[in-house]
Formats: sequence, C-alpha cells, structure tokens
Amino acid sequence: MSNPDTPDGTNKPARGHDDDDAVVVADGIAKTNEPVSSAVAEPGAATRRHEPHEPPRQHLPEKLYEARQKVHNKRIDGPFRRFKWLMMVITLGIYYVTPWIRWDRGPYAPDQAVLVDLAHRRFYMFGIEIWPQEFYFVAGLLIMAGIGLFLVTSAVGRAWCGYACPQTVWTDLFQHVDRFIDGDRNARMRLDAAPWTWGKVFRRGFKWAIYALIGLVTGGAWILYFADAPTLLRDFFAGEAAPVAYITVAILTLTTVTLGGFMREQVCIYMCPWPRIQSAMLDEKSLIVTYKDWRGEPRGSLKKAKKNPGEFGDCIDCTQCVQVCPTGIDIREGPQIGCITCALCIDACDKVMADIGRPRGLIDYATLEDCEREAAGEEPRSPWRTILHPRTIAYSLIWAGIGGAMLFALGVRSHTDISVSPDRNPPYMLMSDGSIRNSYTLKLRNMESRPRDMEIAIDGLPGGMMWTDTINRDEAASTQIFTVPADQTRTVRAYVVAPADVSARDFTFRITSQDPQRETDTAETRFDAPGESQ
Amino acid sequence: MANKHIDEATGTETVGHEWDGIEELNTPLPRWWLWTFYLTIVFAIGYVIAFPAWPMVDKATEGVLGWTSRSQLAKEIDVADQARESVREALARTPIERLPEDSPLMQQAVAGGGAAFRVNCVQCHGSGAAGNAELGYPNLNDDDWLWGGDLKAIEYTLTHGIRQAGDDETRTSQMPTFAGAFDGAQLDALVDHVLSLSGKGRSNPVGAQIYADNCVACHGTNGEGSREVGAPRLNDAIWLRGSSREAIKRQILNPRMGVMPKWEGRLDPVTIKMLAAYVHSLGGGEDFVEVAENPEVEVDEQP
Repeated sequence: MSNPDTPDGTNKPARGHDDDDAVVVADGIAKTNEPVSSAVAEPGAATRRHEPHEPPRQHLPEKLYEARQKVHNKRIDGPFRRFKWLMMVITLGIYYVTPWIRWDRGPYAPDQAVLVDLAHRRFYMFGIEIWPQEFYFVAGLLIMAGIGLFLVTSAVGRAWCGYACPQTVWTDLFQHVDRFIDGDRNARMRLDAAPWTWGKVFRRGFKWAIYALIGLVTGGAWILYFADAPTLLRDFFAGEAAPVAYITVAILTLTTVTLGGFMREQVCIYMCPWPRIQSAMLDEKSLIVTYKDWRGEPRGSLKKAKKNPGEFGDCIDCTQCVQVCPTGIDIREGPQIGCITCALCIDACDKVMADIGRPRGLIDYATLEDCEREAAGEEPRSPWRTILHPRTIAYSLIWAGIGGAMLFALGVRSHTDISVSPDRNPPYMLMSDGSIRNSYTLKLRNMESRPRDMEIAIDGLPGGMMWTDTINRDEAASTQIFTVPADQTRTVRAYVVAPADVSARDFTFRITSQDPQRETDTAETRFDAPGESQ
Repeated sequence: MANKHIDEATGTETVGHEWDGIEELNTPLPRWWLWTFYLTIVFAIGYVIAFPAWPMVDKATEGVLGWTSRSQLAKEIDVADQARESVREALARTPIERLPEDSPLMQQAVAGGGAAFRVNCVQCHGSGAAGNAELGYPNLNDDDWLWGGDLKAIEYTLTHGIRQAGDDETRTSQMPTFAGAFDGAQLDALVDHVLSLSGKGRSNPVGAQIYADNCVACHGTNGEGSREVGAPRLNDAIWLRGSSREAIKRQILNPRMGVMPKWEGRLDPVTIKMLAAYVHSLGGGEDFVEVAENPEVEVDEQP
C-alpha cells in the first residue's frame, strides 16, 4: 500500500474527517467535470495525495491510534509569502512593542499605554480608563472583535486563520527555525529518518533551545501587559517578581513550545473551534483558496502531457502545493478544515505555471460562484463585487454602529459616581429626640487621576440632615464634602436623620465634584420611617 | 470480529452499529489524544493512592500522603490565627479610649467585634442590634444610653454586665415597686406627667406632685435620668419597655429589670474590646470625655 507518486514514499491513510467540506465544493463543481467531481464527492476515497482515477482503497485500522504525519513544508517565495512575512512582523511587533508604549496620566496613575491592572482593578488603554463597573466597554470590544471576525470572514474568507491567528504566526516562526537549523524540506526529512547520532542530538537540542527561547519571550511579553513593563522586567530577572509572574511565564512558555513547536496544524484541526465556526460562515460568495479542477484535471506529468497533447489538464501533479503547505493538506481535494487559506500553495503553483508556460491561477483565491462562472467560460467578477456584498455591508454597519455607540458612551461618561446601599436591619431608628434615623453605605467614585472634593447633598427629604462615621452628629448638615483620593472609591457610612413627623419616602443622594467640571451623579434610595409609607 | 463491514465509499471499517441507516466509521484516534487519555488513567490511579478516595464503612481510605480536609482546615485556621495575632496584640496594648486615634486598628476592632457580636449578642439584641422593646433588650443603634455610650462605658458594661449576680463591680439599679402605693386616679395623673416630660400631652399638677415626691431622686426634676444610677431618661422619645400608658403603668407598679450577662471570663479582654468598638460604631456611640482625676500629677510626669 505505498504510493509511488508521493515524494517521501509514505502512504497517507484516509482521513475522512478532513474531507467533510470537500462535499461542498464537489456540489459546486459537479456540473463541470464529471470524473473529478465523482472522485471528490466520495470524500473518504480522497487521501491527502489523492489519485483521481484510483479506485477507493480499503483502509483497515490496524492500530487503535493513528500516528501523526509530520509536516515538513518547503520554502517558497511569492506575493503571499511576502504578505505573510509582513503580517508576522506587524502582529509580533504589536505584541512585543505595545507594553513599552508610555502614556502620561499624571502622578496618580500608571504611565503605561496599555495596562490591565488587576490589583487595582483598572484597565488602561491609551486615553481610555475602564473601571470594573464599566466592564461593558470591554464586552463591547469583544463583541466588535467577534463581528469583525464575521466581517473579515464573509469578505475575504478565513484570512484570520491564514495570517493573523497567533497559532499561525508562531507556527510560521517555528517552521522558519526548523528551516534555519535543519535546512529545507528534504534535509529535514532526511534528518528525521536518520539515526540518533551526536550530531543529530546536538542539532535537536539547539533547535529545541531556540523553541524554548521563543516560548520564554512569548510568555514573558504577556505578563508585561499586567504590570509596569520596565519595573517588571527588572524584577523578573532579579528574582523579585511575584510568583504568579513566574508561573504565568512558565505556563505560557510551555504552551507556546508545545502548541507552536510540536502540535502545530493539529491545533487547527483538532483543538480549535474557529475553523468549524468559520467554515459555517462561508458561502459561495466567500473568497477561499481553491483548486480549479476543471482546468487542472486530469493530471499528468510534463512528459505524459507532451506525449499526448490535449489529453491532460494544467496540473502536472508536481505536488509543490502540498509540499509548501504549513498544515500538510492537499488543496486539490477541495476546501477542508485543515486549510488556513494562507495561500502559500498559490505562490508555489503560480511559480510552476510560470515555469511551464501556462497561465497562473490554477490554484487561486476565488469564490465558488466565480469558479462556476469561470468554468463556464464567463468573465469573473471584479474583486470589489466579491468583497462588497450585502452580508459584508450588513456586518460593517453593525460593527461601526457598536463602535460609534461605544465612542459616544466614552465621550459622555462621567468621572464621578455614587452608589448607595441602605441598611435594612433595622430599616429605621428612633432617636432620643424623636427624630428618625436611617443608615446608608455610600460609595463615592472619583475616576479622575487627581484627588477631588465631592459634595454630597440630600434631595427630596425635607429637614433631612446627615452625618457620617467621620463627621460628628453635632456637625450634621444637609450637605457634606468629602475628599476622594485620585482614581479611587471611598466608602462612607452615612446616617441620615429626619424630623419626627417624617414618613417613609424615596429620596436621592446627589454627588457634585467641587471643581470646574462640576460633574454630578445621583442615586435614588429609600428613607424608612414608622407608619404608613407615602 | 467475524463480520467485518467495510464502508464502500471510504474503504474504512465501520463499528458495526446502525441507526436509521446511519453507520459510524471506525476511524482511528490521533495518537496524542490516546496518550492524553492514558495519562488521565495514570493520574487517576496515582490520585487514588495518594489521597483519600474509596469510601469505607466509617471513613474513606487514608491515602499515602495523609491529607485530610480536616487537617487542612486546622492548618488554615492556625495560619489565620497567626495572621490575627499582631492585631490582637496591638488591641491588647491600646486602651480602648485611644482606639479611634488609630483608624486602621479601629476598623479591625469593629470588624472583629461584628463577628463576635453575631455569635454572642444577637440572641437578645438582634442581628441588627435593634433590641426588643417588648422584652426590654435595648436598641444599641440609637443615642440613648442607660449607663453611658462612650467606648469605655460600653466596655465596662460588657465586662461586668448589668445586675449580674456574683460580680461586685456589676452595674446595678433598682426601680422600686409602687404596687398599692397609688390609687387609679393618682396613677393616671402620674402617667400624664411622665408622658408630658417627653412632650406628649399636658402635665398634670397631681401627677407632678407625686413625681416630685417619689421619682425625682433618680429620674431627675425634668425626667433627665441619671447614668450614675442607671435611671432611664423619661424626657426623650425612647422607651425601653414601651411608651403606651399601659406599659408605663406596668413599669411603675411592677417594674421589670433586665439582666445583661457579664462577659469577663467568657470572652477574652481583646474580644470584649472589639465588641465595644463594634457597638460604639453602630451609629449612636458617644465621644469619650477624659476626666483628669489628678491633673497636677500628669503635668509633673511630663518634664
């Protein structure tokens, strides 16, 4: 059961679950090319190195498990590879540089532009400061990220998977390390098969050390988002950082090396939920990387094609598209879950097509609709019509609407906040002079990064006076002024007393900042008293 | 299996079951998945050996590590006790009237007192310390204090109790019984006068005379009461045992007097101090006014 046409001479067993999506493409193409579509329509028959005219092979599981076929992807150059380099530089650059951007917030707040300050429960992002009770902003950002993903997917397919997903970026990085240490595809395969000599031990040790270093730098950068970066970095190497920092870095180093260094495409195929969701979001109008089988099939080598002109398609079965694939799939089997649409196969195929003097685009970014159109000999539509269809426009509007609403809310939000919880046990208290007292716990929030005086006043409670745990009863008044420290919440226990003839009623605490802004917030609460409530 | 069934389309063996014509392919698992599965089994075996796991008749198997949730709890309580030790020492050092000067310590005292209150005091004074007017348990939230409401007075009351037999220093007051002393008209007149002291109704000359003859010694000319002897104020709005005419009459004829247990010996001094701080913090606490007993000596001590 060996397949002579595969360069490594190994046989790939059937992987039916990889081919779930193949049926979809088969439906779209079935009208154009009977023999190919029938082969693809039987997805189980498609092995990774699929022979279209070979009858379905019988594969009996001999073991309880299937060993992973290690992916040794070949180096390729081309526009998409260069775009991938660019994306890697941008995404890694954002990740590593962001914690080092400074942002002056005055003496009372940290000067790190992006900081998740868990200890003080603050989230800083450039000019925006989020308090825990404003967490809906973060929820909004997550919703925008989700809809953004829908938008990108419906416009340009699984571009997230192909270029921006951390698993993709780091896998790419590790694959470059492989290439740098062990050489390109063939050298790596030779080395893999070679016995464990000291040279191989040294090479592997060196490579894994670099893996570990990349993992360490990855995990190390993550913790910088949670504390002042320069201080933390110094403390980290001085052994003075919090244990949680070391634990986090250790875990992230381990997971980076395991997932990016060793598991790679298995994460995309078995662990990640996104491919399932994204596949479900694709339709015949979405851009995907696709093999134009009506043009390529039947396949034949250059030699055969020369001998029998007109009998073979453009695909010369050189398997370059398979060799360069970072997830080790064969795109000629149609869309599949393992395809992250990174388009390196397009680079490889275009190069081969140029070499043998045929038009590029045998493998190309295209929508299924355009594939059908092209197969029928019509002109494909312009890329803009591909990207701008009702679904992408609807997603864009929703996305921009949420963003606009959040910006508006950010612009008008107050930096002064009061919340009140009344004591319920007992609800009211008779004082010796016959007046009625209620007790409240007030929380005064000053969200500015400077200390501010806040005036608290009682509205809607005639004769109401208040004193607190820091102001004596003989200084009771209808308003009190408190100093709230910069960027903090001050808890005050307030006793509100009203004359003996008061009846139960709702009233309001009003807080006003004693500065030029005079920001105001109110909190309604209840004053309880004996007798019928009003 | 004698009857291997091969799926035609894929060439893969099926598991042999069929549901409504749908069959399941016997596709092999990824190897890493299988190893993870084996690892969980190994982990489970190790766990069962190391930790208490199998329930037996009276208790579970012990596990070679000797771990129990009870010993862990004991350890955690020890740690918590040790963490509290410094606070307790500071509280023991600090005289209670000096506590408000140390705000963090005061806060810790109030928190600790709150916990002790919920264990020892809520049975009579209620979880909100609102007391019970029917049964004569004072409300601790208000500003009316029979024996004084500053920190020191509260601590004293807590330590020695009220009318607590067997404590020479306990606070004691005695409302005399007037059963049979007045006829009905006299009693009504007296009640009129007592109510008028707190601004309810008009005074009655007969009642005022009876009050002057019998009550002034303890309750004062204007019903201002006396903390020296624990006589309640009669000219305020708060009535320990009810403000109805019936309740007042009952208290004149057959007075009931409550007992507050002494907590010295049952609670340690630091806990009593914390309780006093908590009660003082409920909203009615009074400032401590220092009365220098011998000012000259104090001046001499500070050269």
